[in-house]
Amino acid sequence: MYPRTRHQPDKPILDVLHLSVSYEGRGALENITFHLHAGERVAVVGPNGAGKSTLFKVVAGVLPPTSGEVKISGYGPRGHICIAYVPQRSQVDWRFPASVADVVMMGRIRQVGFFRWPRRADWDTVHAALEAVDMNSMANRQIGELSGGQQQRTFLARALAQEAELVLLDEPLNGLDTPSQEAILSLLDKLRQQKITVMVATHDLGQAASRFDRVMLLNHQLVRFGSPQDVLTSENLLRAYGGHAQLIRGADGTTTLADTCCDGEEEHE
Amino acid sequence: MNNLFNIFLQPFSYDFMLRGLVASVIVGVVCAVVGVYVVLRGMAFFGDALAHAVLPGVALGYLLSGGSRDTLFWWALGAAVLVALAVGRISKHAEIREDTAIGILFASMFALGIALISTVRSYSVDLSHFLFGNVLGVSTRDLVLTSVFGGVVLLTIFLFYKEFLVLSFDPVLAATLRLPSGLLNNILLVLMALTVSVAMQTVGVALMVAMLVTPAATASLLTRRLWQGMLVSAAIGAFSAVTGLYLSYYFNIVSGSAIVLTATAIFLLVFLFQPRRGLVWKKR
Repeated sequence: MYPRTRHQPDKPILDVLHLSVSYEGRGALENITFHLHAGERVAVVGPNGAGKSTLFKVVAGVLPPTSGEVKISGYGPRGHICIAYVPQRSQVDWRFPASVADVVMMGRIRQVGFFRWPRRADWDTVHAALEAVDMNSMANRQIGELSGGQQQRTFLARALAQEAELVLLDEPLNGLDTPSQEAILSLLDKLRQQKITVMVATHDLGQAASRFDRVMLLNHQLVRFGSPQDVLTSENLLRAYGGHAQLIRGADGTTTLADTCCDGEEEHE
Repeated sequence: MNNLFNIFLQPFSYDFMLRGLVASVIVGVVCAVVGVYVVLRGMAFFGDALAHAVLPGVALGYLLSGGSRDTLFWWALGAAVLVALAVGRISKHAEIREDTAIGILFASMFALGIALISTVRSYSVDLSHFLFGNVLGVSTRDLVLTSVFGGVVLLTIFLFYKEFLVLSFDPVLAATLRLPSGLLNNILLVLMALTVSVAMQTVGVALMVAMLVTPAATASLLTRRLWQGMLVSAAIGAFSAVTGLYLSYYFNIVSGSAIVLTATAIFLLVFLFQPRRGLVWKKR
């Protein structure tokens, strides 16, 4: 019995309608509305505590919205198992006794089903997913032995093994060196070819501008959502970041923004 | 040669020793396997509290049955399940921190249990059996109950292995995969409750947390995957039970503490001499 519900292929993969979330009277997200189509790649930017992780968790159906609704391919998110949430690396217990292949197989346990063990086909899927992220040679390593980039790729492989159609990555590039970041970004290109929709929370506005179709500027409210040129203007950035930002105007007329925060640890209470 | 055989076989020429041995091995294995989750999920304090909170249930059964031991297992089981599910609920909604809530519940239930038992005149012998276990008092009936419920615990862990794995590693993944997390968490709590009831007679409530935590912690130093940890932990639990019983027989030590001290000795050995990561290796 799959918990997977039907999809309406003509509908956007994700509709978020008038979504608000509040904890103990404090608003985390206010009246957010947007739509994503299959295969899009969206960067979600905003200051720390802007509600990026909260938005992801509501979209994934992990947190209930206070009001408004989330629809995945036309239906509520509850029944879907096609949404993958890749947590921030700091949220994961890397000492946990699991190998890389174990973690990737975790994404498939609903396809395997209750009271069953993974079959040959499931292991084939796991190894194909690891192959896609170039991690097959590490399959038997304990996850704590991996580098940051390898850890991130393991979780991407888990999303692939899960056969996710919407992948939400929370600060996947934080703390990675440039080659590792490049590896993740080129993996996201591969996902696009498979029509997998990707939302990435990031602090790097340069990458948001150059590597994503659309940028969502978030600070409790949806400040702006559109093409990078339309969204990443100094006016919008100041509205989103307020006093927490320094705008640096480059010689070529581009605007970069130095976020005064830097560790990427968001509050999640 | 014959002498050596005698040292190993002689204790078990008595039926009550043999029953004690089988019961201790089952309890050692079940505690050690459940203990892997206890260690992974940071529930050591909860396990300790659960074991102690069983006492008033046992005491009540003891008073109502006029000192008979036949029904005590069921009283322990009822109390353990009740407390496990209650704490599970409290920790979800509480205004106070979970460990504080457990601390209050644990000590007060324990006090209530001792208060109840102390109303009986010659209580001290029975009380010490509840606190530290009484391996030599295991009846055939006890042995059947221990095997059946120990088997239920191990079978459930086998059946829900991958679901418990996901739930312990990544609760958010469990939620996005739409696993019934609340139900699975409660099943785990009930398994702990069953384990505590089964182990009460052999190790007693006071030392039970050691049987839950020590073999599993030792295994976590030696293994890198969950199922390996469970196998190694089970082996350490069983070995500690057998060795502890021998020590108890030849040196006249209370069996529960002999078993626990054996497990602790193994932990220390592994902690110090573990290949490449032990304290001794690090010193070099």
